[in-house]
Amino acid sequence: MRYNERELLSLARQPAEKAAEILMRVPKKGSVLKKRLVKLVVNFLFYFRTDEAEPIGALLLERCRITKEEENVFSISFTEEPERKYCFECDSEEQCQEWIEALKRASYEFMRRSLIFYRNEILKMTGKDPLEQYGISEEARFQLGTHQP
Amino acid sequence: MKLNERSLAFYATCDSPADNAGFLYKRGERHTAYHRRWFVLKGNMLFYFEERESREPVGVIVLEGCNVELCDSAEEFAFAIRFGGAKSRTYVLAAESQAAMESWVKSLSRASFDYMRLVVRELEKQLEEMRWGPVGGCGGCRGSPSSWKQKPLGLEQSPEQLPALPAIPPKENGCAVWNNVPGANRPPDPSGSGGHDGEGNSRPLPLPPRRRASSSEVGSARAVTAESPSTFCQLHERYGQEVAQLRQDWLERRHGPRP
Repeated sequence: MRYNERELLSLARQPAEKAAEILMRVPKKGSVLKKRLVKLVVNFLFYFRTDEAEPIGALLLERCRITKEEENVFSISFTEEPERKYCFECDSEEQCQEWIEALKRASYEFMRRSLIFYRNEILKMTGKDPLEQYGISEEARFQLGTHQP
Repeated sequence: MKLNERSLAFYATCDSPADNAGFLYKRGERHTAYHRRWFVLKGNMLFYFEERESREPVGVIVLEGCNVELCDSAEEFAFAIRFGGAKSRTYVLAAESQAAMESWVKSLSRASFDYMRLVVRELEKQLEEMRWGPVGGCGGCRGSPSSWKQKPLGLEQSPEQLPALPAIPPKENGCAVWNNVPGANRPPDPSGSGGHDGEGNSRPLPLPPRRRASSSEVGSARAVTAESPSTFCQLHERYGQEVAQLRQDWLERRHGPRP
């Protein structure tokens, strides 16, 4: 699949919502935990060799599941292939929980659901659509009840 | 750089609703021939397929940090997705009608994650203030919910009327005032030089996220944008004004300049 790599590399260089050196294992036969710089930017998780400026790879965090595994460990898998897990071993349980929380909120789809929820709440409380004043109430992406999780 | 392509392909073709979909002509990179492709916009990802029924996209354009502009082209209804960096490719696309072009320009220019995040934060703040009131409280405002219910005002803003979004007025007694007459209070401040919001905060306005000139500016732009809700309103103004200007330019090109 073609993609605009230059822009994605540029995104990888931007200040991250969250970044840390974490042990990571990719879902490939025989792969082992390796220390990586892991960086969350918008809905992408970039991972770098610790001494390199360009990421080895990027994970788009849509339709994914973040699971707590054993102590200090969490995994990322994607809806259509739940057994294929990217595993991350943190330094502490606390760090592990922080990453799980951050990654669960990192998808565009999560934000969309939040927006629809808030919009609906405000509409219920006030009888007025908060998006009307911005002229965006008809935008497909903000519609109530049409987007399924 | 590796990408989780299988998951990407699945995301593109799964049954989650698209924010926009339709045929567009895409100009090739090396050759100037246009190819008709089926485009699907989901979130900040613009996928394109050879055919509508194709099971896998030919490619995807990550839209974070892009500008969407009308462009000069022999092709009718053409617009471009441009990125900031040097040597960045510009994607030239053409729609099949005026309405389709406007719809795509609108949906693409608001497709970024940053934009979505701004809107979410703004609503979150409004909801919090409604539920708990700001510091100091707002007594009478937090009355029965029915006191807020208004008949729908005449100011339905049709989505086509992008220009001149009313400046969101400052909060009275700390409560958001829903029934303000548009155009009241502060005029928009497009120059980007220091602005005041209702809280008396006089930070300079950051550039809108998608117009960063270099990646080094992003840190501060991102941080400040995230904090100040009134910035969102001004940003929104700017989006609206830009699109209005683009539209005006396009119309002038079509019909000749207006006096």
